[in-house]
Amino acid sequence: MVVNCEEVWREISNYLEGEVDPSLRAAMEEHFRGCKHCTAVLDGTRNVIQLYGDERMVEAPLGFSYRLHRRLEDSVSGSRRGFLGWMVAAAAAVLVAGSFELGRSSVFSHPELRSEHAQPGSGVPPDMMVVVSAEGKTFHVAGCPFIHDKARLRTIAAREAIREGYAPCVRCMKKYLSA
Amino acid sequence: MPEQVMSLGDPAAQFNEELLIRRIRDGEHDLFYELIRPYERRVFAAAFAILRNEADAEDVAQEAVLKAFKNIQQFRAEARFSTWLIQITVNEARMRRRREHAHMIEPIVDHQDEEGNYTPRDFADWREIPSETLERKEVRQKLAEALAALGEKYREVFVLRDMQHLSIEETAKALGISTASVKTRLLRARLMLRDLLAPGLDGSWTSRLSFAKGTKPW
Repeated sequence: MVVNCEEVWREISNYLEGEVDPSLRAAMEEHFRGCKHCTAVLDGTRNVIQLYGDERMVEAPLGFSYRLHRRLEDSVSGSRRGFLGWMVAAAAAVLVAGSFELGRSSVFSHPELRSEHAQPGSGVPPDMMVVVSAEGKTFHVAGCPFIHDKARLRTIAAREAIREGYAPCVRCMKKYLSA
Repeated sequence: MPEQVMSLGDPAAQFNEELLIRRIRDGEHDLFYELIRPYERRVFAAAFAILRNEADAEDVAQEAVLKAFKNIQQFRAEARFSTWLIQITVNEARMRRRREHAHMIEPIVDHQDEEGNYTPRDFADWREIPSETLERKEVRQKLAEALAALGEKYREVFVLRDMQHLSIEETAKALGISTASVKTRLLRARLMLRDLLAPGLDGSWTSRLSFAKGTKPW
């Protein structure tokens, strides 16, 4: 199968999602090897997905969380302890999490040890954009319900995820693992 | 392995969330703070991406979270809570935008033919940029400007899929459009953003964006 530039542009998004069939994928990869324009489009599109998929992209305004909880207070709290209770709980959670992090930081200084069960992600297309979380051990397709630590997500290429020590999710990446 | 068994495979996080929701429904309302805390920033981000105004986005984010609390009994466990929350936010933001439509700036790229093919306008080589660049405020600013320049139908899809990490199906459901439309718009949005951001960028992020100087690539 041979594809031209127009066909590549039409499928480039699906290609990065891992949603093209193997023969089309092979044809596109062959095309990229000989076409620097399409390679530039591919690299740029990947950069777009990666940069915008990082949660640091948008910062909530200073005091946002405080004001949100204040606004919620009237509705949520049956008791007067609501907001204060939350503040105390949040502070405690931060302290606990902080001490936990300190305790195990030496373990995570080697990202290649993220998962002892790391199935090689060799069946996953290396260009495919996947979602990882800072504390997770696996990489996922966006929208996978098994993403742990949902609040700190970022999008990277599968090859980067594997390099950083993430293993493919056995659920959403199933088709690549059984291939 | 049967699907049902696999769906139980996720660790504590999912279970904890379901448990929290159950307890909130049973009257432990204060737990709602705990439930939404991981999603607060995402709610703001979704509202901001649609409204492009910080004050409005904050107000809508508050409204959406309040609405989620009031309607928690209607939440169906087969959906993800985060998806449901973002969907409420999108609806709130759309309503706000509709209400204030007269005051909105007309999006730049809203006249594209969705069905036609999109041709990339710029073939500048955009080398890989480390995510650390996002620590720089001016980089985030440039990305935000480019996103704001997209037509709303492209921006909405891009935000839900690529920034909120919703699946194609969830994005389609949240916006009330088909999955085919999501894919088409997503392709467009990604290529348009690339066209907006690639020119003049050699990986250093030091040059000014061409559209900032008024030379738009379309």
